Amino acid sequence: MADAAIRLDGVSKAFGTHHVLRDVSLAVPPGRACCILGRSGTGKSVTLKHVIGLIRPDAGRVFVQDEDITSLDARGLSRVRRGMGFLFQNAALFDSISVGENVAFPLRRHTRLREGEIQRRVREKLAEVGLDEAAAKMPAELSGGMRKRAGLARAMALDPSILLVDEPSAGLDPITSQEIDQLLLARRQAGTTLLVVTHNIPSARVLGDRLIVLHDGAIAAEGTAAELERSDQPLVRAFMQSTGGG
Amino acid sequence: MNDTSPAAGAGASAPFAWLAGLGAAALDALGWFGGFSLFGARALRDAVRPPFELAEIARQMFDIGWRSLPLIAASGFSVGIVLSMHTRASLERFGAEAMIPAGLAIALIRETGPLVTGLLISGRVGAGIGAELGAMRVTEQIDALEATAVDAFKYLAVTRIIACILALPLLTTVMNFAGILGGFVAEAAISDMSLQLYFDRAFLLIEFGDLIPATLKTMVFGFLIGTVSSYLGFETTGGTEGVGRTSTRSVVFSSILIIVVNVVLVRLIFFFFPPAG
Repeated sequence: MADAAIRLDGVSKAFGTHHVLRDVSLAVPPGRACCILGRSGTGKSVTLKHVIGLIRPDAGRVFVQDEDITSLDARGLSRVRRGMGFLFQNAALFDSISVGENVAFPLRRHTRLREGEIQRRVREKLAEVGLDEAAAKMPAELSGGMRKRAGLARAMALDPSILLVDEPSAGLDPITSQEIDQLLLARRQAGTTLLVVTHNIPSARVLGDRLIVLHDGAIAAEGTAAELERSDQPLVRAFMQSTGGG
Repeated sequence: MNDTSPAAGAGASAPFAWLAGLGAAALDALGWFGGFSLFGARALRDAVRPPFELAEIARQMFDIGWRSLPLIAASGFSVGIVLSMHTRASLERFGAEAMIPAGLAIALIRETGPLVTGLLISGRVGAGIGAELGAMRVTEQIDALEATAVDAFKYLAVTRIIACILALPLLTTVMNFAGILGGFVAEAAISDMSLQLYFDRAFLLIEFGDLIPATLKTMVFGFLIGTVSSYLGFETTGGTEGVGRTSTRSVVFSSILIIVVNVVLVRLIFFFFPPAG
């Protein structure tokens, strides 16, 4: 088994003159959960997109299951991505097909399952996120919370060993937010590696074995929730003492 | 006394500012054309590499080809009526009314049909592709496809470009046929020419060199429409306003390219298939 399911070594990224990430290094062991915290615009989502190869770093390397994905071609990257699920901040459901078809999409593309088995898995994944009745609905007919849950069902469709989650509770009511936390917690307990970007400190406390605070594109602090609360950095302490959700 | 006011300074630098603006615009245009060329070349390369995404190509053919049929048929019919009226007005002076069907068919098949089809499809389909892919870009659906281990370029752009390439010659044939039919209706309203005689006369002077190259050149139009609108869609930024801009630009740029490239293609066709003297 790989030492780290996800590893970033000295990753830097700039868009034009704006440096978004500066020499970021982190590692998430298999089956563990890491939450990336930080204020808006500190490079949290950009970090996630590096892990799935949507953005290539200007400097540094990104490893997934000990494989350097920065040197992979499109075919290699596609192979690695099949082992990962990604929940986008706005769910990014394909809006021209139904919710059920969204969840079935990865199964149709990457498995040779029969139609009956695909439909069974779609029902199972939608039931897992509490959307049993929404399979036939179009994404535009769903509320923000339902869309996020449908996005999570799609991200989990292939039972990935790594789940990348961008702001799972942003814009959601506290109850829906807790439901999503419980879903992610269940995935972690089932052995899935989680890398979660969040503003929501209570959420991060529940989910994260380890928390990372990003500030101005660099890691300001790293540790367990308890360790960060005792941090000598006022910014980190202030962040950990906040109770605001996303 | 020297005028050192800011206004004087601005006046002195105005020509350079104008030149700098022109240079920046030229660089932008070159950058756009370079990006577009690379995008098109990659599309041609990926079109012949597996997987071929046949189901998606068929879906796009239905959307681009089948759904454009009413527009093309109705436009062709109207163009045929108008062309027939103009042709009659010209040929009547020389007592050559019998040549009206042939004149109309040559005008339609050689030039009017392909060009009007290209421009109509650039309006209907180019705007649609630009807006659809642009919306997918700004809502991260293209990123979501990539994250699902799907080659978004191939799945979204190449399939649409292939569908445009295949659909244009078929739609041009429909346009030509509808145009000749429209010409017959216009002619039948003022003479007693039968449908059989009209079509016999229409195809009297049509040769291989008139029909096939002119119809097949629309594959190039299809490539331009698909590539321009897909490229602009993939490059969309700026939210819903950006999507609107992409939609408009897709139509404008593909229409301009069709008109310009058509000149080159007609010259090539005349070179390889010289008109019978």
